[in-house]
Amino acid sequence: MKKFTCIVCPVSCILSVDEKDNEVQVNGNQCKRGRVFGVNEYNDPKRMITTTVKIENAKIKRLPVISTDEIPKSRLIELAKELYKITVDTPVLRGDIIVKNIGETGVDIIATRTII
Amino acid sequence: MNKRQVDVVIIGGGPAGLAAAIEVKKQGIDNVLIIERDSSLGGILQQCIHDGFGLHRFGKRLSGCEYADNFIVEVKERKIEIADKTIVIEITKDKVIYAMNEIDGITEIKCGAIILAMGCRERTRSQAFIWGTRPSGVLTAGTVQRYINIEGYLPGEKAVILGSGDIGLIMARRMTLEGIEVKGVYELMESPGGLTRNIAQCLVDYNIPLHLSTTVIRTHGNKKLEGVTVAKVDKDRQVIKGSEEYIECDLLVLAVGLIPENELSNQLNINIDTRTKGPVVDEYFMTSMEGVFAAGNVVTVFDLVDYVSLTGELAGRGAAKYVKGQLKMDKPITRLEPGENVSFVVPQYVRKHNLEEKLPLYFRVKQKLEKVEVTAVGNDETYYKKKHRVVLPPEMLVEEIISSNIKEGDKKITVNVMEVSKE
Repeated sequence: MKKFTCIVCPVSCILSVDEKDNEVQVNGNQCKRGRVFGVNEYNDPKRMITTTVKIENAKIKRLPVISTDEIPKSRLIELAKELYKITVDTPVLRGDIIVKNIGETGVDIIATRTII
Repeated sequence: MNKRQVDVVIIGGGPAGLAAAIEVKKQGIDNVLIIERDSSLGGILQQCIHDGFGLHRFGKRLSGCEYADNFIVEVKERKIEIADKTIVIEITKDKVIYAMNEIDGITEIKCGAIILAMGCRERTRSQAFIWGTRPSGVLTAGTVQRYINIEGYLPGEKAVILGSGDIGLIMARRMTLEGIEVKGVYELMESPGGLTRNIAQCLVDYNIPLHLSTTVIRTHGNKKLEGVTVAKVDKDRQVIKGSEEYIECDLLVLAVGLIPENELSNQLNINIDTRTKGPVVDEYFMTSMEGVFAAGNVVTVFDLVDYVSLTGELAGRGAAKYVKGQLKMDKPITRLEPGENVSFVVPQYVRKHNLEEKLPLYFRVKQKLEKVEVTAVGNDETYYKKKHRVVLPPEMLVEEIISSNIKEGDKKITVNVMEVSKE
C-alpha cells in the first residue's frame, strides 16, 4: 500500500492506494477527482506545468504559460528547460498555443495572460 | 486640482476590488471607479503563475493570471472606469479621496461609498528579527516571485527559504524549476504554515527538505549574501546551543507571513481587530466608519482567492445598498465571538435585519485537532453544528449560518471548535 497527499484541492486528503486483482483501489478520498488522482499517482504520477517564457516588445519580460493537461512528473524539469529556449512576440492572447504537443506528450502549452 | 464625484470608489484592483466593482455595477450603480496603483489590474494574482486557483468558483484549477483575467474581462465588458498608475494618498472622514497620478496630478474625489481592497503586505526581515550583516540577496518571497515571473530576473543560484507558508512553498518549487538550487525550507514552528497539498506538490515532488522547529539566526556576507546560520529551537522558540549550522547560499527568501495592508484605513481611525489586524466589519463588511467598506485580505489574510472574491462581492452589495439608502444602520447588533479553540471570527458583528439568506463566517482554529464539531451558539440556542475530520490553523474554516435561524435580540454568537469525544 502507498500513501499520497491529494493535491487536487486544499482539503489535502491523505490517500491510501493499493492494488488488488490488477485493480487499483483508492481509500481516503472525499471526491471523484481524488480517486482519479490516487490511481494516476500510483501508476504514473502526473502534474500540470506552469512556468514563463520570454516575451519581446511588451511592458513585462515574461509571459506566463500552462499545460492544457497534466504531463508525467518525471519530465517536468526537462520540459521546463525546453520552454526556456522559447521567445515569443506580442501580441499574445490568453489561450494562444505557445508549443503544440510538447515533447510528444500530446499536451499543448498555452498562454495564461493577454499581453498586447 | 481636479474635482469629481463618484458613487462608489474601490481602492485596489486585485481580486477583492475587481469582484466588488462588478457587483456594485450589477446592483445598478453606474458611477463606479477602481483606483489601482499598478499599470495593470489583477493585483498579486498576476505573479501567481501556478495553478490551483478558482476550484470553488469556476470548478477548474486555473492559474492566478487566468483567475484574474476572468474578472478583468468582465470589468471591461461592464465598462467600469479604471484609474491605473494612480495612488490614493489620503482619505478623509467625509469620504473624500485624494488620488494622484503623473497625468492628472492630484484629484479630489467625493465618494458616496468607499471599498478598501488594498490586500496585504509581506512581513520583512526587520519583522523576523534576523541578526547579522545587511547584504543584498535577502528578499521576501513575493519579491522573488515578481522578479522571476514578471520581470525576468533570477535573484540567486543557491537559496534558503525561511518560513513554510504557502508562498514559501510555491517559491521552493518555482525556483527549482528555474534552476536555482533550493537548499531547504526552515520553519520556526513545530508544524508547517502552508497547506498540506503544497508540502506534497512543492517540496516532496522535488526532494526539498523541510526543517521544522529550525530558524535562520544570522546572515553572512558584506555586499552580497554568502550564507546563513540556521539553528534548532526549543518549545519556547529559544535557540538550542550547539545546533547551529552554516549554509552557503546567495539568496535568503523570507516567507514569514502576511499582514493586512491598512495604512489608509488607519488614517480614518477605523476600529482594527487586534487578532485579524484588519478592520472590524459588519454583515456587509462595512467598517466602523459609515460608508467605508473593506474586502479581501485587507480584512484578514484568506488562504483562498475564492473567498477574497466572495467578500468583495458582499462588500459590493453592501456599498450599493448604502448609496441607495437601503442599509438600516440602527441597532441592535449581534457580536460574533471566537470561543473554544478559535482565534478570530469575521465578520465581528452583524445586524440581523440586514442579513442575506445565509451568513458566512470566516475563522481559524488555534491548534490542530481531529474529529471536531464546529458550533455557533447564541444566547440559549445552537444555530449551527458541523463535524470535521481534521482542522488546522493554516486552513481557514468557512461555515454558513441560515440567517432566519438567528434570534432577533441575541447579543452574541460564539463560535467553538471542540473535540467530539470531549462532549
